[in-house]
Amino acid sequence: MPVYTLGIDIGSTASKCVILADGKDIVAKSLIAVGAGTSGPQRAVAQVLENAGMAKDDIQYTLATGYGRNSMLELADEQMSELSCHGKGAVFLFPEVHTVIDIGGQDVKVLKIENGMMTNFVMNDKCAAGTGRFLDVMARVLEVNVEDLGALGAQSTRYVGISSTCTVFAESEVISQLAMDTDKRDIINGIHKSVAMRVSGLAHRVGVKDMVVMTGGVAQNTGVVSALQTELGHTIHTSPLTQYNGALGAALFAWQKYRKAHKS
Amino acid sequence: MAKAVSPGVAALRKVVDDVHAKARQAKAEGKLVGWSSSKFPCELAEAFDLDVMYPENQAAGIAANRDGELMCQAAEDLGYDNDICGYARISLAYAAGKRASRKIDFETGEYVINPNSGKPLKGPDGKVIIDPETGKPKKDPKTLQPYTVLDDIYEIEALPEGREKELRKKAIKPYRQMQIPQPDFVLCCNNICNCMTKWYENIARMRNIPLIMIDIPYNNTVDVHDSNVAYVRAQFDAAIKQLEELTGKKFDEEKFNRACANANRTASAWLRVCDYLQYKPAPYSGFDLFNHMADIVTARGKVEAAEAFELLEKDLEQAVKNGTTTTPFPEKYRVMFEGIPCWPKLPNLFKPLKANGVNVTAVVYAPAFGFVYDDLDSMCRAYYKAPNSVCIEQGVDWREGICRANKVDGVLVHYNRSCKPWSGYMAEMQRRFTDDLGVPTAGFDGDQADPRNFNEAQYETRVQGLVEAMEANQAAKEAAEA
Repeated sequence: MPVYTLGIDIGSTASKCVILADGKDIVAKSLIAVGAGTSGPQRAVAQVLENAGMAKDDIQYTLATGYGRNSMLELADEQMSELSCHGKGAVFLFPEVHTVIDIGGQDVKVLKIENGMMTNFVMNDKCAAGTGRFLDVMARVLEVNVEDLGALGAQSTRYVGISSTCTVFAESEVISQLAMDTDKRDIINGIHKSVAMRVSGLAHRVGVKDMVVMTGGVAQNTGVVSALQTELGHTIHTSPLTQYNGALGAALFAWQKYRKAHKS
Repeated sequence: MAKAVSPGVAALRKVVDDVHAKARQAKAEGKLVGWSSSKFPCELAEAFDLDVMYPENQAAGIAANRDGELMCQAAEDLGYDNDICGYARISLAYAAGKRASRKIDFETGEYVINPNSGKPLKGPDGKVIIDPETGKPKKDPKTLQPYTVLDDIYEIEALPEGREKELRKKAIKPYRQMQIPQPDFVLCCNNICNCMTKWYENIARMRNIPLIMIDIPYNNTVDVHDSNVAYVRAQFDAAIKQLEELTGKKFDEEKFNRACANANRTASAWLRVCDYLQYKPAPYSGFDLFNHMADIVTARGKVEAAEAFELLEKDLEQAVKNGTTTTPFPEKYRVMFEGIPCWPKLPNLFKPLKANGVNVTAVVYAPAFGFVYDDLDSMCRAYYKAPNSVCIEQGVDWREGICRANKVDGVLVHYNRSCKPWSGYMAEMQRRFTDDLGVPTAGFDGDQADPRNFNEAQYETRVQGLVEAMEANQAAKEAAEA
């Protein structure tokens, strides 16, 4: 009978869950598009159990991570920071990884990985420029879906600079460009470059070493990935499981903790 | 009941209380009272028997008493930008006459109590008592505090004699940092930070009082050149002349020499106290050292400070023998705390460290005040070496030396919004710590005085991340050794 562990990642904008069997096979996953302080975490847990055809009692160890991890004190056996969990998840998906860049809803993390473990990290300061929220705001002003930003930006033929790092001021820059009838696709391309420049500055503080892996919701945006690749001069690897990476790492740590507790 | 403290700590508290009381007394007697930057050569003021207060230290105290935001906002209302150092803003607001005061009901003459203040009431079993009507914890009435309001001493002074004037005077918060006398002159040395120059110029202009300035340029080499020493020596001479004019007294060389001897004795004792953090487990922590910054800043040139630090040294020697420590949890990890603490948020800074067994066993801010010198030239050289006036090579060398001696597992860096010079070079220093010391580092955003620049949830995530990285680092080292 396999040992099932559950990883819950409660971010600022989404709640994600992953159930693992024996720390190696993904049994089920779930994602609810609202995060800390909402019904999202409970719904994500209910959904992952339903997807797996399991009850909570079937799970041997649960570990919560993310901004809202401390709201899961009753449900989870333990809490860990999203930093380590993102590192762990990335190592599982890409064993050769040395640098993880995670762009989430309200923060950017760059992790240094050595021998499969996070040995250093840097995060953005309180400003949310360059995060998922920044892209949400820009997509709203441009009246496009955030999921379409990557494809639209790829059609750009001209570079438009978005220089402000402040989300509010960048929003007015975008509005000014729209007022000048600038092609939305060029503006989007400029936004991607602006995100990449900000993240690249952060990444260089930790040091960028191949293999570089990008995780988090923003890794789904091919425009940001491509702009960041250009800025860093390194190939960036992503996974279809990118949004679940934190929850995956949490489930892996849960497996490790379970094994340690049951070693004797 | 107040916690029992060691004889050294009790003596140090008295030293600072006495310095403040003496300055208030001097003002009441019509004598001159000055304000000084923390690393102005206090020996000069001592030679003239001048009573001096220290705005940086005062601002830290005001911030720790939770009035930093009110005073920062008061300065912003006067036109000072919120990008300016929080200490400077608090000090400038204070110089302008602004005070944190208790709200008064002028009909009854009583203070208006803030029902949201105070600590929860606990029953005999130590559990918090819940109010059945509200479902919230009941408040201990003894801990309830009045609302805080901003007042202005110059407005109060302009009032006609009477009840309102008396009530408003009394309502100004009684803690010592909110009671320091207004300055009659200012002593500024910009070795601690370049921001000092404009800060003190503003006070001097605002109050129309003399400014005695000692300029220490940024030193881009590790050594202090003879020409730099000559530049500072000449300024010492000019400062002495200004002080002679100000006080109408001749410079007393004997008093000056005595002050130098005291300052050296205090600094040496202080550095030896700082060294006790090298023990594993450490009998004293960086947070304890921060608590004594008031002494090392306000009383460095006084024999009482030297004696009190020597007493503290004995306390620590005994603590090592007894295997006791002031740290209220087992020391699992040892870190260097880089920068000035977030004074308004000290409990919040401490909480996740305690929860994870992280002891702060190294700080650079505290020993940076240990000036030791032999003669006037080496005194000039000593004053040249403050954290923000030395080059990055020197800064890295200091910190890495402390980290090695104090055996740290990681470094927690405060990116202090108030302190641009200090925070500006930290990203590079962080990188060097990791490369040279092989330990993880984590940075967090905060402020030494303005609580609006600190976010508890973000800080906690960074501390937890640092703990997890230290854990992984230790595991990797153990695996390599096996």
